[in-house]
Amino acid sequence: MRNTLFGLVAGRLGASLLTLFLVSLVIFAITSLLPGDTAQQILGQFATPEQVAALRAQLGLNQPAIVRYWHWLSGFVTGDLGQSASNGMAVAQLINDRLPNSLILAGITTLVSVPIAITMGVVAAMRRGGLIDRLLNLVTLSMVAVPEFLVATLAVLIFAVKLNWLPALSYVSTVDSLGDAMKIYAMPVLTLCCVLIAQMARMTRAALIDQLDSPYVEMAQLKGVPPIRRVMRHALPNAVGPIANAVALSLSYLLGGVIIVETIFNYPGIASLMVDAVSNRDLSLVQACAMLFCGTYLVLVMLADICAILSNPRLRNR
Amino acid sequence: MQGESLIVRDLEIVATPDGGEERSIVSRIGFSLEPGEVLALIGESGSGKTTIALAMLGYARRGCRIAGGSVRLGETEVLSLSPVATRALRGHRVAYIAQSAAAAFNPSRSLMDQVIEAALLHKVMDRRTARDKAIGLFRDLALPDPEHIGERYPHQVSGGQLQRVMAAMALLTDPALVILDEPTTALDVTTQVEVLLAFKRVMRERGTTAIYVSHDLTVVAQMADQVLVLNGGCEQEQGRIEEILERPRHAYTRSLLAATRPPRLADSMPAAAGQPLLEVERLDVGYGKPNRDGEPSAMVLRGIDLTLHAGRSIGVIGESGSGKSTLARAVAGLIAPCHGSVQFDGTPLSPTLRGRTPDQFRRIQMAFQSADNALNPAHSVRRLLGRPLETYFHLDRAERRRRIDELMALVKLPTGLLDRKPGELSGGQKQRVNLARCLAAKPDLILCDEVTSALDTVVGAAILELLAELRQELGVAYLFISHDISTVRALCDDVMVLYHGECVEFGSCEAVLEAPRHDYTRKLIGSVPELRPGWLENRTLALAEAPA
Repeated sequence: MRNTLFGLVAGRLGASLLTLFLVSLVIFAITSLLPGDTAQQILGQFATPEQVAALRAQLGLNQPAIVRYWHWLSGFVTGDLGQSASNGMAVAQLINDRLPNSLILAGITTLVSVPIAITMGVVAAMRRGGLIDRLLNLVTLSMVAVPEFLVATLAVLIFAVKLNWLPALSYVSTVDSLGDAMKIYAMPVLTLCCVLIAQMARMTRAALIDQLDSPYVEMAQLKGVPPIRRVMRHALPNAVGPIANAVALSLSYLLGGVIIVETIFNYPGIASLMVDAVSNRDLSLVQACAMLFCGTYLVLVMLADICAILSNPRLRNR
Repeated sequence: MQGESLIVRDLEIVATPDGGEERSIVSRIGFSLEPGEVLALIGESGSGKTTIALAMLGYARRGCRIAGGSVRLGETEVLSLSPVATRALRGHRVAYIAQSAAAAFNPSRSLMDQVIEAALLHKVMDRRTARDKAIGLFRDLALPDPEHIGERYPHQVSGGQLQRVMAAMALLTDPALVILDEPTTALDVTTQVEVLLAFKRVMRERGTTAIYVSHDLTVVAQMADQVLVLNGGCEQEQGRIEEILERPRHAYTRSLLAATRPPRLADSMPAAAGQPLLEVERLDVGYGKPNRDGEPSAMVLRGIDLTLHAGRSIGVIGESGSGKSTLARAVAGLIAPCHGSVQFDGTPLSPTLRGRTPDQFRRIQMAFQSADNALNPAHSVRRLLGRPLETYFHLDRAERRRRIDELMALVKLPTGLLDRKPGELSGGQKQRVNLARCLAAKPDLILCDEVTSALDTVVGAAILELLAELRQELGVAYLFISHDISTVRALCDDVMVLYHGECVEFGSCEAVLEAPRHDYTRKLIGSVPELRPGWLENRTLALAEAPA
């Protein structure tokens, strides 16, 4: 068991590093193709051509792309993410300021959405074709179909404007008590959950139904095993693999894909940091953020695969 | 607990297809068993035998419903129990042994966990007692390493052993009634005999009442006291096993009996001289990465020699895993052998498909076991047959139509089926289309890989008859792969016995099957049940008395 797991993790780590390297190439190539010029952007439209040229030289922008890439990559590997071109701060510092906010939001959303989604999926699978299943199906389908900006805007309209229960904006700096924190996070988490729960619940239902249709579950039924135990002890352990993968895919969205939620609630997370960086032509920041998202995604998928292996004796004791 | 009596009256079961009208799938079934008696339900697939058997547990599959009748086990009316009482009955007083143990065990839980689950759930005994009793049953059922086999997971145990573990699971609570649903169909003949013997002994010792579902009359003859013959969910005939075997009254029963042992269908062809059609020399085939000596990590076939003349047929028999299919795949070019040569009509065949000429493709055709998987479900029969005609002969529309009609006539299918899709055909019809598609190429050699194994006895016998006729008419040669000796005996001139990837015996069909020289061949032939009650016990006695 240890060998399989070790081999898998080692193999995955290697493949992840390779993926990250390829991603860095792509990111670098794309950011180089972006229209506009960092020096021009910094100095504004009234700068003289001489000033711009001088700044370009100072920032190293007149070097060939391959040299710039090498500088960036060697810095990245040694932990030096570079300076932000727009405000001169260290990129590491900028990310450090925003990442905890993003992780807190992602963490709370995970804690709320995963249990709800899996419960909904399991209940729907157990009551397949029944009223509850059809109701949940309708709810999850409409949750998938409604865009999150609509959910967010409606939430603001209802809870902040009409009912005045919650603040419309989520300023993290004003948190003093648990109650405050709950008020601030309620709407962003609600909005994110709408999207995630629907995806995960539907995947859970499908994975579980696959197992419930198998002969061994019928065998359990013919041994007199009651329905809950059939699902929990027999079917669910065999559905862990697909469910873990669905959860990982959904959660990977929580770091980079939450820009709309961060914008609407003015939440200082890492997605909005990246979007600002793109509009400011702040290339080293864009690159660092993109690598961070990619790395998170790879880690989540690897965790899902480890879950799948631990739950499957076929893979576990090979 | 001793076996109890079972009385079934007017059992009615209906099915509701998705969005369709309710229709009856089992009607007016009744029988009664004394404690300790065994009833066999026999019939083709779709005749309702499993559906009836499951009703003894008060269970109907998804989309089915028990609509009426009574099932009385001892003093209990099974069909009128509450859901909770039904659950208490299942796995305690009535136990079920499924057809495929490999599918019926949960892959992620250990065997012991699953064997004792019902006993713990129904609070029949505590965990310790249950474990000890299970180990005792493992020993009774002749499982290897009975003390520890329970710690393994299903994928670590062979099919025959799993089937016996499942029997232990069923018998652990000393049920009054056991349902055995084709428990040996998925096993090799040699394994089947061992499993049957183990079942029979354990059930007799405990005086268990049982229902044995099967489509194989020879197996039923060994296991059952009474037989109920089914067709289309209705009873055809019912009686003591000896009566049914000796004096079948119903035409359907007679056709079933006839199909069980097909007569010799082909006249033995004179041993043809001259250029052989297929010549295989010292063939080694394996799977996996080659090691330093260029040998694959898993060798499947070693040193196979074979000569097949035009118009003759060679049967290849052996148990699963013996390399039968691999031989056909190597000849077809689906897997490259690592040593040895294959010559076809005097010219060496390229080991892989890439090096073969279109004419070689045309002349060697392969018919697969499962027509379901081999025929594209989205194409009509006309399109399935038209494809090879287009590829190999570039026929125009009119000629193609004429040839398709001809092919349908050859395999005795009405041309009315031409616009149907495979899903709308019966199993036998699909296998005929599968053969017609091979014949469309006007081949010289057809590799038949277990073409009758997935079919019911009667349907399989008809396909066998068709193959014999086609050989007579078209002069096509067969490499006929089968695990069923009786089909090989009916169709083939020569026979090759494979054991662990090696040819242990080769010769004319009569010589090998009547006077086998190799021990394994003798065991194989001796394991095929005969159509008379008591064969199983006599065989065991004979083996016991034989000098070691």
